[in-house]
Formats: sequence, C-alpha cells, structure tokens
Amino acid sequence: MNKINNTLIKDLEKATLKNIRDGFGEGLVLAGEKNKKVVALCADLTDSTRMSFFRDEFKERFVEIGVAEQNLASVASGLAAVGKIPFIASYAMFSPGRNWEQIRTTIAYNNQNVKIAGAHAGISVGPDGATHQALEDIAIMRAIPNMVVLSPCDYNEAKKMTLAVARHKGPVYFRFPREATPVFTTVRTPFKIGRAEVFREGSGVTIVASGSLVYEALLAAEVTDAEVINCHTIKPLDKETILKSVKKTGRVVTVEEHQVNGGLGSAVAELLVENNPVPMRRVGVRDSFGETGEPEELLEKFGLKAKNIIEAIEELNIN
Amino acid sequence: MQKSKSLEVVANEIREDLVEMLLAAKSGHSAGPLGMADVFTALYFSVLNHNPKKPDWEDRDRVVLSNGHICPVLYATLAHAGYFPKSELKTLRKLGSRLQGHPHREVLPGVETSSGPLGSGLSQAVGMALGLRMDHKDPWIYCLMSDGEQDAGQTWEAVMLAGKLKLHNLTAVMDRNNIQIDGFTEAVMPLEPLREKYEAFNWQVIEVDGHDISEIIEACDKAKAIYSKPVMIIAHTIPGKGVSFMERKPEWHGKPPKKSEADKALKELRTLGGKIKSEHE
Repeated sequence: MNKINNTLIKDLEKATLKNIRDGFGEGLVLAGEKNKKVVALCADLTDSTRMSFFRDEFKERFVEIGVAEQNLASVASGLAAVGKIPFIASYAMFSPGRNWEQIRTTIAYNNQNVKIAGAHAGISVGPDGATHQALEDIAIMRAIPNMVVLSPCDYNEAKKMTLAVARHKGPVYFRFPREATPVFTTVRTPFKIGRAEVFREGSGVTIVASGSLVYEALLAAEVTDAEVINCHTIKPLDKETILKSVKKTGRVVTVEEHQVNGGLGSAVAELLVENNPVPMRRVGVRDSFGETGEPEELLEKFGLKAKNIIEAIEELNIN
Repeated sequence: MQKSKSLEVVANEIREDLVEMLLAAKSGHSAGPLGMADVFTALYFSVLNHNPKKPDWEDRDRVVLSNGHICPVLYATLAHAGYFPKSELKTLRKLGSRLQGHPHREVLPGVETSSGPLGSGLSQAVGMALGLRMDHKDPWIYCLMSDGEQDAGQTWEAVMLAGKLKLHNLTAVMDRNNIQIDGFTEAVMPLEPLREKYEAFNWQVIEVDGHDISEIIEACDKAKAIYSKPVMIIAHTIPGKGVSFMERKPEWHGKPPKKSEADKALKELRTLGGKIKSEHE
C-alpha cells in the first residue's frame, strides 16, 4: 500500500519546519572537521547564509571578502589553485548573479575545486522583493561546462549534500532558500550527487521536482497517484532514472522554484525531446519577476503549490 | 651587471620570436608583448624560484598573468625557459594548439591560470598568496597586470583585500605603457595618480624603468624585504619596444604585423641584438 520511499518520514502532514540553510551551515562545519583544506569565504552575508557556523569554529580558515562578489569568486579560484577546497557563499542573486563571468573563467574554465553556495534562492525569499529573488541562477550555471548544479529538498538533504560537495572534485553550484521548509527526508534517505531518487512510486504521470517543492510534489501525488522523483542534481541529470520512470508513466510534470525557462523543466524537456518525447507540463515561475509578499502568499500567487501541480497533471490528462 | 647584459640578449631573442609568432598567427596583440619582454625575462631568468622540468612543483613561485592578451610574451618566455619546445611557438592561435589565443591553464605547462577577461588576475593571485600563507609556505606570488585593467572594479576589490590581509608574499607588476584598445589610458579613463591610489589602499609602491632588467630585478628583491604589505611595482614601459614603428602607438595594441612589417621589425631587432652582444663582448 505504502508507495512512499520507506526512508522518508511516515506521515508527510507531520513534517516539522527547519531551515535548509542551517543544513548547509552545519554540513560545512562537519566538512571542515573532516578536511583541513576546507576554507570558507563570504561577501558580507555570513550570518544569513549560515557560513557563520564555520566562521565560529574555524576562524583562521574563514575570509570576510566584503561586498565584492567578483573578487569572492576569483579569490576562491586562487585558493583552490594552491590546494584549498574553498566554499563561497552569498545570496544567489549576487553569486552567481553578479559574478557569472568570474565563475565561468576563473573557476570553471580553470577547473578549480571551488564550491559555490547560493543562498536565498527562489521566490520564497519574500518581502525583500524581486531584486533579491534569484529565479535564473540554475539556468546560468547549468550552461557552464565542468559545473555541477544542485538544489537540496530539505534540511537533512542540505547537510548531506554539503558533505558530498566537499568530497566531490571540481566546481559545484548549490542553491537553497531562506525560509524554514518541511523536513521529510531522514538520515537514512540516500543521497548521491548525480543520482535522482524515486521518492514515491506511482502511475500515469512522473513528477520531476527539485528543492523544497519536492514536498509539494509528494502532497500532489497523494491525490493523483503520480510517481515523484527528487531531482536534486540538475546537472548532470540522472537520465536513466527519469527515462525509466517516464517509459512507465508516459507523462511528465516538472516542479521548481525557478523560471521555467532554463531550469530543471528545460533540462528534463531537453532529455525527453531527444529520447522519449511525451506530453509534459512545467510548474515554475513563468517568465516574470517576483515581487514583495509573504513567502506563502508568493508561492500561491506564482502557482508553486500542490494544487498547481495537480492542475498541471489534470491538464495533461485532458489533452 | 654582466648577468643583466646577457638577459638583455634573451629579451631581444624573445622579441624576435614574438614578431615571428604574431606573423604566423595572423591575429593577436603586438605592442603589449614587446613592451613586457624585459619584465618577463627578469622574472623567469632571475627572480623566480621555479623548475621548468617540474611545472607542478608545489614550492614554485607563481606568476599570474592577469592581462591574458599579452600571452605571446608568456609563451615565448616559457619556451625559452624550457617549459616546452620553441618549435611550438608558431602554433599560436591555431586549431589544436596548446598556445590558445588567451592562455589556458589546463593545456600548457607553466600557465598558472586561464585569463583574458580583464581585472580577475589579482583576485586569483590574492587567493594563492593567502592559501600559501595559511599553510606557512614560502613561495612568492607575482601578478602581472596591465594599466588598462585598472579601469575594472574587480581590480580594486582585490587591491582592497590584499591591503586588508597585508599579503607580504604578493608582488604585482603593472605594465604602465599608457595605451589600451580605445587609445591612451589617460583619455579613455584617467588613472593617475596611480602611486597614491595604491598607497591609499595600504600597498607599498616601487616605480621602475620597465626596460632596465637590473632595475626590475632589484625592485623584486626589495619587495621581498617588505614584510607588512603587498607591493606594486609600476613598470614604465614603451609599448612595442624594440620595433621603432610600433613604439607608443595605440593602433599596435591589438594587431599583428604583416609580412613586410615583420621583416622590417626583425631587421631592427637583429641589428639591436648585434649591438647588445658587441657591447657585452
């Protein structure tokens, strides 16, 4: 009867809320304990990115760069060139938003082992408004060769992800939101960069989701009996897992807190159009900027809730 | 002094190679590479602690070329120093070459970082100097910069950070040749007073004649004796140095010589080389 992956919590409704960014902050401290080469750099947002946890533990391995994101990226490249494993953090809107070329040339083209953490990603940043709501970061990072692109679904996954990112050799971008979100994975839930996980077995439609909206996808699946894939690695995409599921279901809905253009939805569409074109809908922000509001109000207004996923599935079933 | 004389011969040979490389490439920058031949010679044949046979040696001094467009002079110098065969120089900018139009770290030994987009090199040099200092290691970091890239905001982000961190193991050398693509630097975007700007950012500044090899070496030695600050060596150079019709001409910033121009340039350089050698003897 239970189609939900048995490593997730039993009752989705009882999920507690926790900050994904705390998972990053705690994971970074653990990574720093495991490996002395791990260093951290921040551009005047140390508390809100939770890099403060690392700064407080390893003062001598933390560098405050100031409001200078271009420098942040290239200094990290230099540190990696002499053997360090630098993590850089800022809001996704500023890094990679403002320093894309530095990331492309000095980190990715150089193939330096730099880890880029984009905090406050997505529309749920809330009252700060559109200038601070990164909705294009996955698109711009996905286009860069050598770059791995990740988006954790909850606190637990962010912690595991941060440790895995430190172990991975090469440039990585990972992004996470500001708000506390439901914790529905557990310490037992498997995590491997590059491997998507089937979080719920279902039929008729596959939902490929990333980030905290995986939770909304699971809620939607309770109503629609959809199969749900947690696609935390947007690049390189786990083609095998997605194609296998789609072969079974024949329909796809993607879900992400990002523009539908260039993000996970585009990545999945690219995969399917070349391998197994099937009817598809993309749930995400539809080519518009965000605005000021409470996180929940914004998720409602921009159509990123379980009910919107259900609507997209119904649309597919009619057509 | 004797040593410097022989280095002048090396610098002149590098200039001859530059003209031949640029002629074969049919594109690329002429003025900057010619103007920096003496600085490169001073670094790779006197100042640096390096081993061309072991380009990845952990304890080597590092040269970060920030203004990647003058890479022909980096390539020619690396080849003369023994990093790769001189015969490869004429593959510059050709399909499949390790001598990319702008340097790429992953393909050519001796290239510490890929560069081209201006204003990013000093940041990387700061990262290297900081990382080595964290590990209490000795290697020195040299960052070669153009004057044109002083226009870039990121340059000053890095200048500020190096000052804050008091990176004693970082020496930058600025090619002060007064030209950039759109014309003279002071017309495009006035840079002066450069010395005072760097001093205000907590750097030590040394000015040298960028064509006096012993003066360049002496300044690098002096920089090593300053323990509390990063050092900027402003090297006053003549763009196109050694080829009379290219000297001080912004129009030679971004183009290669044609066959007739290259012949003329090589004739001048060979005559000059002969003079240096006869003085030396």
